[in-house]
Amino acid sequence: MISLKNCNKYFHKGSVNEVFALNSVNLDIAEGDFISIIGSNGAGKSTLLNSIAGVFMLDSGSIMIGDRDVTSWPEYKRAKFLSRVFQDPLLGTCPSATIEQNIALAKKRGQWRGFSRGVKVKDRPEFQEKLKILGLGLENRLQDKVGLLSGGQRQALTMLMATMIRPEVLLLDEHVAALDPKTARQILTLTEEIVGHQELTTLMITHNMKHAIQFGNRLIMLHQGRVISDVAGEEKKNLTVGDLLQKFYASSEEELVTDAMLLA
Amino acid sequence: MTVYAALGAIEQGLVYGIMVIGVYLTFRILDFPDLTVDGSLPLGASISAVAITSGINPYLSLVFALAGGFVAGMITAILNTKFKILHLLASILTMIALYSINIRIMGGPNVALLGSATVFDPVINWGIPGQYAGILIFAIFSVSVTAFIVWFLKTELGLAILATGDNPRMITSLGVNTHAVIILGVGLSNGLVALSGALIAQNQGAADVGMGIGTIIAGLASVIIGETIFGDNSVLRAFIAALLGSVVYRLAIALALGVEFGDFSFNPSDLNLITAVLVIFALIAPGIKKKMVAR
Ligand SMILES: Nc1ncnc2c1ncn2[C@@H]1O[C@H](COP(=O)(O)OP(=O)(O)O)[C@@H](O)[C@H]1O
Ligand SMILES: [Mg+2]
Repeated sequence: MISLKNCNKYFHKGSVNEVFALNSVNLDIAEGDFISIIGSNGAGKSTLLNSIAGVFMLDSGSIMIGDRDVTSWPEYKRAKFLSRVFQDPLLGTCPSATIEQNIALAKKRGQWRGFSRGVKVKDRPEFQEKLKILGLGLENRLQDKVGLLSGGQRQALTMLMATMIRPEVLLLDEHVAALDPKTARQILTLTEEIVGHQELTTLMITHNMKHAIQFGNRLIMLHQGRVISDVAGEEKKNLTVGDLLQKFYASSEEELVTDAMLLA
Repeated sequence: MTVYAALGAIEQGLVYGIMVIGVYLTFRILDFPDLTVDGSLPLGASISAVAITSGINPYLSLVFALAGGFVAGMITAILNTKFKILHLLASILTMIALYSINIRIMGGPNVALLGSATVFDPVINWGIPGQYAGILIFAIFSVSVTAFIVWFLKTELGLAILATGDNPRMITSLGVNTHAVIILGVGLSNGLVALSGALIAQNQGAADVGMGIGTIIAGLASVIIGETIFGDNSVLRAFIAALLGSVVYRLAIALALGVEFGDFSFNPSDLNLITAVLVIFALIAPGIKKKMVAR
């Protein structure tokens, strides 16, 4: 479904601030995979998702989604089959537009936008039905501006918008990190429901190891721009937080050892 | 203020209101401060005046003016989006270039339209007196333009324009090419400004290369006045407010020009100073300041 080959990404290449954010990343993702991604701050998790989404171009390597080589495609073109939910609830919606206008915008994801009415009367029942699933009472507030909603409400709406038309790939970048624990749990449950129901290929970044273990059928750990661990199937099911910590320290120590060897 | 002066101010407010709607589109909707308008207003005037003096129907000349303004706006937007020039600077570059272009179009710094056909002829032929003909025609044009823009911003494409100004990252992730939207939006804005310029030229009987100076400041003043008095909590309301803001602004200017302090009174040439001071006050005033900074 998604195939990353030898992906390298630098920031500020050639300057003193040079960051090697993705270091020869190879990844094959099967259709229907739900992958949770963990790693320390600055490990390159967001860079990985942004590369897949086309926010910037790779320095080298290639990305296939389905049978398309999207390596040089701009972000807006990839959006046709790819949806995202950001960490910041403010990023996923348009505050000065109404709830129904936001959903209508999402319903046209990746399609030609012409001169017919932005919000079509015949679509309202569908909007209300989908909003009802969120259980936040938003189905009665179609004309309210999204700027009036709380962070959790906006994130739930963003989830709905991202999957309004089924994406081939769903990218979630710490999409519950900015929410209080209770709301975070609700949004995660909603995520699981939607992903299961639409059978979406999903990549979910989280900094919560418990969530990483609980959700998805595969887990990837990134460190300094490299994939240092990739577990799936039974092994993933039986993972514990202790296992994850051990894997992390093992690979970091390994690095220390290699560094020490290089210096010696 | 005499009734005559008030009628004149309303007439001006309506015709410049078309420009203000263009300014609202860039400045508020697209969040793209655009100074191209100081050049595209006289561009519209030049194109229309030259077209009319070479025998083209005055209404048709408006279409040419609109198209010319559209292209000017597109150039500014392309400089900004494709070549990464800061929007303010990109628009100043286009504006400066237009000064030369406008003189080329007119073959000199101005073109007189005395005795030529204008868009007012049909109305005057119906027997409506001159000072009302302007108001009537400008009311029709400005209300139609307002209605068009409000309709347009409610279409699928229009919603994408609103979202581009509001949250470009979100609308990009929904598959919209924001560069194309900005080019379209800034083009449309300057098309309207040029239309306004063409109508102004036909009304005052001449196109002049200097008639665009201060357009952006007058536009901003009208936008701020409109928002403050009439509010902006829906697209419909915001654009009606922009149009009415333009009328109130011209009335305020007419009042100011009529004020006398002993021997002192304002000249029409003081208009830009008065406007600049007004905009500065509006920007400093706390409530409005919050609003401007928050955007
Ligand atoms: N747009 C950018 N410009 C410069 N440096 C960046 C940019 N995005 C990320 N980086 C750097 O790349 C590295 C990886 O960042 P990121 O992928 O955001 O990490 P995380 O795993 O925390 O999501 C960090 O060192 C970060 O500072
Ligand atoms: Mg991150």
